[in-house]
Amino acid sequence: MAQTAEAAQAIKEEKPRAFLVDLFVRLVREKPLGTVGGVIVLVLLLVGILANVLAPFGYNEIHLASRLCPPSGINILGADNLGRDLLSRIIYGARISMYVGLGGAALDVTVATSIGIISGFFGGKTDTVIQRFVDAFMCLPPLFFFLTIMAVVGPGLVQVIFVLGIASGIPGARVVRSAVIAIKENVYVEAARAIGAPSGRILLRHILPNIMAPVIIIFTVAMGAMIINEASLSFLGFGIPPPTPSWGGMLSESGRRYMLLAPWMALWPGLALAIVVYGINMLGDALRDLLDPRLRGGLGRYEGAKIKKPKTAV
Amino acid sequence: MVPTLFLVTLLVFFSVRFIPGSVIDLMVAEMATESGLGSELTAEYVKKALGLDVPVYVQYWNWLVNAATGDLGNSLWTGRPVTQEIFSRIPVSLELGILAMITALLIAIPIGVLSAIRQDSAADYFGRTLAILFISLPSFWIGTMVIVYPSIWWNWSPSMEYIQFFDDPGGNLFQFIIPAVILGMVLSGGTMRMTRTMMLEVLRQDYIRTAWSKGLGERTIIMRHAMKNALIPVVTIVGMQIPLLIGGAVITEQIFCLPGVGRLVVEAVNKRDYVIISGINVVLASVILVVNLLVDLTYAYLDPRVHYK
Repeated sequence: MAQTAEAAQAIKEEKPRAFLVDLFVRLVREKPLGTVGGVIVLVLLLVGILANVLAPFGYNEIHLASRLCPPSGINILGADNLGRDLLSRIIYGARISMYVGLGGAALDVTVATSIGIISGFFGGKTDTVIQRFVDAFMCLPPLFFFLTIMAVVGPGLVQVIFVLGIASGIPGARVVRSAVIAIKENVYVEAARAIGAPSGRILLRHILPNIMAPVIIIFTVAMGAMIINEASLSFLGFGIPPPTPSWGGMLSESGRRYMLLAPWMALWPGLALAIVVYGINMLGDALRDLLDPRLRGGLGRYEGAKIKKPKTAV
Repeated sequence: MVPTLFLVTLLVFFSVRFIPGSVIDLMVAEMATESGLGSELTAEYVKKALGLDVPVYVQYWNWLVNAATGDLGNSLWTGRPVTQEIFSRIPVSLELGILAMITALLIAIPIGVLSAIRQDSAADYFGRTLAILFISLPSFWIGTMVIVYPSIWWNWSPSMEYIQFFDDPGGNLFQFIIPAVILGMVLSGGTMRMTRTMMLEVLRQDYIRTAWSKGLGERTIIMRHAMKNALIPVVTIVGMQIPLLIGGAVITEQIFCLPGVGRLVVEAVNKRDYVIISGINVVLASVILVVNLLVDLTYAYLDPRVHYK
């Protein structure tokens, strides 16, 4: 008995690790672009974590002498209208983007998974009611609704993470739901039910591990979307309030007022944002290819150009 | 559709009306100084204008009944009917949206098709990288760069004042082109990906092999046989992008100073004009619902296999 429990424990511990390691190996071997994306994401995380070590100045350290200073030896990327070092602000901005990306995506996945699993697994009336709400929610144009809610809850990092995470999680529930519906028809779910496993156990031990593929995809896609949405909100002035250096916020207000005098104030934060979101999306795209068999290329591939060649030779 | 719209009104109403008290106080304070009325009088006025002097369900019912008859209330600041405010802005957003959609399709379909017929070639990788790049570029950054660098390098910048179409059609179109291209680029990523996937799927089907064996040229097969079927699902994704398009317009309209619905919502949120905010959300949700319905109907028309009972 003890042995089987041990074995079960071993299987439980081994399985997800093997899955992720396998995914990682395949990513590096088959998807060079995805690997580049992964490296960009790692760099973002490292810069975000080590921001106070890497940044030469504090994010709100004002040196009036170097106001609007162009890129130079001291301020490598230049300084803003208050003489704050842009490189430092971008490095601290990476930390904000990291918080928003990871926090928002985690919340998004949690919301999407819980709604999707309940809706897909129980079906029937529960499903209909939940799906009607999801439908209604999806009719609201995203940025408009984010703005509306941000106006209600007020600006701030935590607010942004919650609003973006929950609001993006609800449409994501669709994807999880369809995955759950496909999985619950499997024989092993029926077998689990036949031996009397309660719904909660089936959900946690049989359904949840099997929807990891869409969940990972939702997570990466959400991370990019979170970062860009936070930047958009901060750009419009409803995201993270100054002086906290958000990449989007740096492009608004003073960034726009001084953009003709000091174009570097607008250039660098946007470039950082573009590179990071590009990296995340590349990684997400590669993971989607690796995880979603429907998009992997299916049966054979189109050989049109190759078929044509012998024909022209005849 | 009607139940969905009903739920939308519920969502919008309750998200907007659960304003923390402090915000109302702020509004009262702001308005009291501006209007010169006493703060108590203003508080009463604001509460009445928001309909907050009756229980919540009565508020909702009143608002819903009025909305059903086309009355979404009056703006708290200008006093003009919300419907009038919104509909005066719609032509601008519509023009921007249509131009952006055209740009998106012009970019997405050729690259998507090319990417599929030369799968795994350099062109394919380039196309796919481009698609992801377009999704990743923050439109407010591109917009800012388009304003900043030409003006530094060539002393030229796009017009920041809205030109009426009937005053100067050419100037008006020219003004819309840059924002439309930026917005279109962001949208084209998804469409490009969908076009590629659908082309790949169609190109593997038997009737394409038949076409090859008949000795048809590649051009004929791609253009007349494959694309016709592959582009049907693209209609769906174009429909699905309408909310994204409307959302993206907020940013582009803001940057290029176009007086569209997006600017209206930013102004309204800035002024905390909740009547306008809820009005816009409901109107846009209805627009999206109608577009989705149209897309479904178009789909049935284009694809004879689909029938709605």
